[in-house]
Amino acid sequence: MFSRAYKTAVTLPPLLWVTVFLLVPYLLMFCYSFWSVSASQTILHSWNLDNYVQLLRVDVYWQTLLRSMWIAARVTVFSLLLGYPLAYFLSFYAGKKKDLLYQLVIIPLWVSYLVRAYAWKTILGSGGVLNTLLQYVHLTKHPLEFLLYSPFAVVLTLTHIYTPFAFLPIYAALEHIPRNLVEASHDLGATPGQTFWKVIFPLSIPGVLAGATFAFVLSLGDFLAPLLLGGPSGIMISNIVVSLFGAAYNWPLGAAISLCMLLLVVSLLVFSERLEKRWSFS
Amino acid sequence: MSSLTTPAQTSPRVDDRPASSSLLRVRNVAKVFGKNVVLRDISLDVAEGEFLTILGESGSGKTTLLRIIAGFESASAGEVWMGEERLDRLPPYRRRVNTVFQHYALFPHLTVEQNVAYGLRVAKRPEAEIESRVAEALDKVKMSAHAKSKPSKISGGQQQRIALARALVNRPRLLLLDEPLSALDANLRRQMQVELKSLQREVGISFIFVTHDQEEAMVMSDRIALLRSGELEQVASPREIYGRPATAYAAQFIGHTNLLKGEVRGGVVRCNSLTWSAALPEGPVLFSLRPENIRLAAGSTNAPGTVRIRGKVRHQAFQGATELIRVECSDGLVLVVRISGSGGALTDVELEFSAEDAVVVRESPERS
Amino acid sequence: MELLVSDVKLVSGSRWLLLHAVAVFAFLYLPIVVLILYSFNGEGVGGFPPHHLTLDWYRTLFADGPIWDSVLNSLQVALAAMVISLTFGVPAALALERAQFPGKALFRRLVLLPLILPGIITGLSLLMLFNVMGTKLSLVTIVLGHGTALISVATTEVFAGLQKLDRAQEEASLDLGANYWQTFWRVTVPNLKLPIIGAALLIFTLSMDEIAVSFFLIGRDNTLPLEIWGRLRRGITPEINAVSTIIFAFSLVAIVFWYRLRMRGESTAEAGAEFVEAVEGGAA
Repeated sequence: MFSRAYKTAVTLPPLLWVTVFLLVPYLLMFCYSFWSVSASQTILHSWNLDNYVQLLRVDVYWQTLLRSMWIAARVTVFSLLLGYPLAYFLSFYAGKKKDLLYQLVIIPLWVSYLVRAYAWKTILGSGGVLNTLLQYVHLTKHPLEFLLYSPFAVVLTLTHIYTPFAFLPIYAALEHIPRNLVEASHDLGATPGQTFWKVIFPLSIPGVLAGATFAFVLSLGDFLAPLLLGGPSGIMISNIVVSLFGAAYNWPLGAAISLCMLLLVVSLLVFSERLEKRWSFS
Repeated sequence: MSSLTTPAQTSPRVDDRPASSSLLRVRNVAKVFGKNVVLRDISLDVAEGEFLTILGESGSGKTTLLRIIAGFESASAGEVWMGEERLDRLPPYRRRVNTVFQHYALFPHLTVEQNVAYGLRVAKRPEAEIESRVAEALDKVKMSAHAKSKPSKISGGQQQRIALARALVNRPRLLLLDEPLSALDANLRRQMQVELKSLQREVGISFIFVTHDQEEAMVMSDRIALLRSGELEQVASPREIYGRPATAYAAQFIGHTNLLKGEVRGGVVRCNSLTWSAALPEGPVLFSLRPENIRLAAGSTNAPGTVRIRGKVRHQAFQGATELIRVECSDGLVLVVRISGSGGALTDVELEFSAEDAVVVRESPERS
Repeated sequence: MELLVSDVKLVSGSRWLLLHAVAVFAFLYLPIVVLILYSFNGEGVGGFPPHHLTLDWYRTLFADGPIWDSVLNSLQVALAAMVISLTFGVPAALALERAQFPGKALFRRLVLLPLILPGIITGLSLLMLFNVMGTKLSLVTIVLGHGTALISVATTEVFAGLQKLDRAQEEASLDLGANYWQTFWRVTVPNLKLPIIGAALLIFTLSMDEIAVSFFLIGRDNTLPLEIWGRLRRGITPEINAVSTIIFAFSLVAIVFWYRLRMRGESTAEAGAEFVEAVEGGAA
């Protein structure tokens, strides 16, 4: 129905833009990762694998990567634990208030990330809201130090940020489940609890996978929360990259790490997509 | 299955079968959604082993009534009893009632076999028993070959059989069917009607079947409960509803009919230019006269107890074995008549019917 | 269907669910409430409970020049990014829905990737591009960064809208003598009004909040989030609470408006699913 001219006209401009501003940059990053930096802080276009070797050899890099993955994993698990029952409640028990509650869940997403992370800083600090409250009610005598500038603070803040992200696809998946399946399950003798595990949960798995993927990938690459709240023990891989592009000035190494992250993320996405397909039944 | 043709009244039970032989007793059930009254004072008995159809247009409340019996809605008033137990106090998963849903509601993530086994699994029956009962159920609906398929891979008609097997395998005391054949094409539908009926006979369970299709209801049911705007119009066997409709609505909803308005004075009915004698109380009266009970007059005079009228044929609809003709009579009355299809084109005719074929029916007033 | 079992006493499981939901909402809103409270607190941050309510911080805020400069910058960037994202995102959606071409699968993935990729990767890769091209970093580079990253938002929204579009309308237009260009403007675009406006609103708001990509592409002029970031590095000032509260108020209005727009003729779940894909760009 659409002429070749039409199809070319709609395809070409975005294709060109995306090639220049998305594809080429990734390719550049690929190239940079094989270059190195000279003593005088210029970039040498000499092709070598030094950066990758460094990544494997030097402890701090892969240790930080592992720590970042561990933090991201915890954030994912907590976000799912918080987000799934919430989504289930809204979808099956909230009735007429469903829409309103849904809006209430997504509103925090619109309060800038920075602002929310900063708010946690004021809450968790030794002179902050939580500590002064705990001392005020005499639950503690001294401020709790671990609350801020620790992995704990990073996990807490990122969970706060990404719980709505986990919630959204789970809610969408739950809403998609035809209600007559739930009725059929009851009709056949299953209690609401049995119905949940045998019918509702299996059918919501693609949503859970999508939510988990968002939470994990985005936490993994986060650098703001660690900078604000992580302290020295809460440094994540992106922070290392940021410094390599900043004060530590080693773009090629930074590019190498970024490329690894990119590949990691893309493989996770592909893996997650495959799993989602296996578990989708409509 | 004999029954009395008692039109719905405001409070008594619609049929007076002795309570002990009834499987299900619906007593004065009403349902209101906000300001909308969907069901008004429904009382109905369902016997053991009976095939009852709840027949009605969309919006009549038939699905709501079914859902109340299944347990997915609660009645705003009234009670539902099964045997000695109050059924409506139980959640759906504790009722010995199973449902075949309109769009089958098969679990997409389970195979055909697992779907059918679901109720037995949930009840934690032993594996061996589950296997044999599932195999038996699949065999009964002729779907054994598809045991390991997923619902998305089988056709609509096949899905419907699985939905049936899944419900029946649990040996419920009562099976509810919510317009299960409406998504099937005409031929498959007719075939399934016959199969369902014989299945019911074989299994001996009471079926409550909901539909808007009056032909379907006639073919399959032992009794039909005609529902209009939330009230029961008539509950009777197909023959009885057809031959002795209680109300104008019942007469018109099932089959074709002619409604004749008249007046009775001193034992004589006057309906436009027609008169005949009848032992009826004085006052206005409404008759239902089926097209097949009117024929082309033969002979010069009418026999006693018959009525004749002349008219012009306005429309002839050839229907194969019979023809349906529309006759505008001399006094303005319009009659639809069914005659044999072998005649040719007609213009002026004289029609004849027996007075006893004009059945008295009640008015069907508009309801909110 | 509301409760699973309508009139039977509230199933015990759902009581826990309700509690859990309340707890999660409390968790989600705690920082926001604290923020708003402390923006009125005389002693700034710290100390509980807050006392000495004051509007001082708001007054300081309004006198703060650099902050307002950065607001202006952010507005300019957001508008420009909106234009770019829509200009390339709408045709991209059309291309994906209607055209077949080699590399289409790759194209689709590339367009949607910035939504889920951590912003640092998008930002850094563009930085390397600008470095190689010798482009100086400025608001323009930020515009290019936001515009590119947010094309995915426009594409997702418009694509969903296209799927609901009745092909027959466009066919009727062609049948009646209009050519493709006329049909596009007279039939296609009017039908896509809601998705396009929704996307525009979303892109604008995301751009105003964006920090990860901007972090690497910033030149001399700051956007609002980066200005705030700079201050945070130097130490906490309660003024930040005030500006955050204001941002929150605006965002609230924007999101409610966007949501209402979406809700015309669409289910919550559908909007949610698309929203999911659209929102990533803002937070990372």
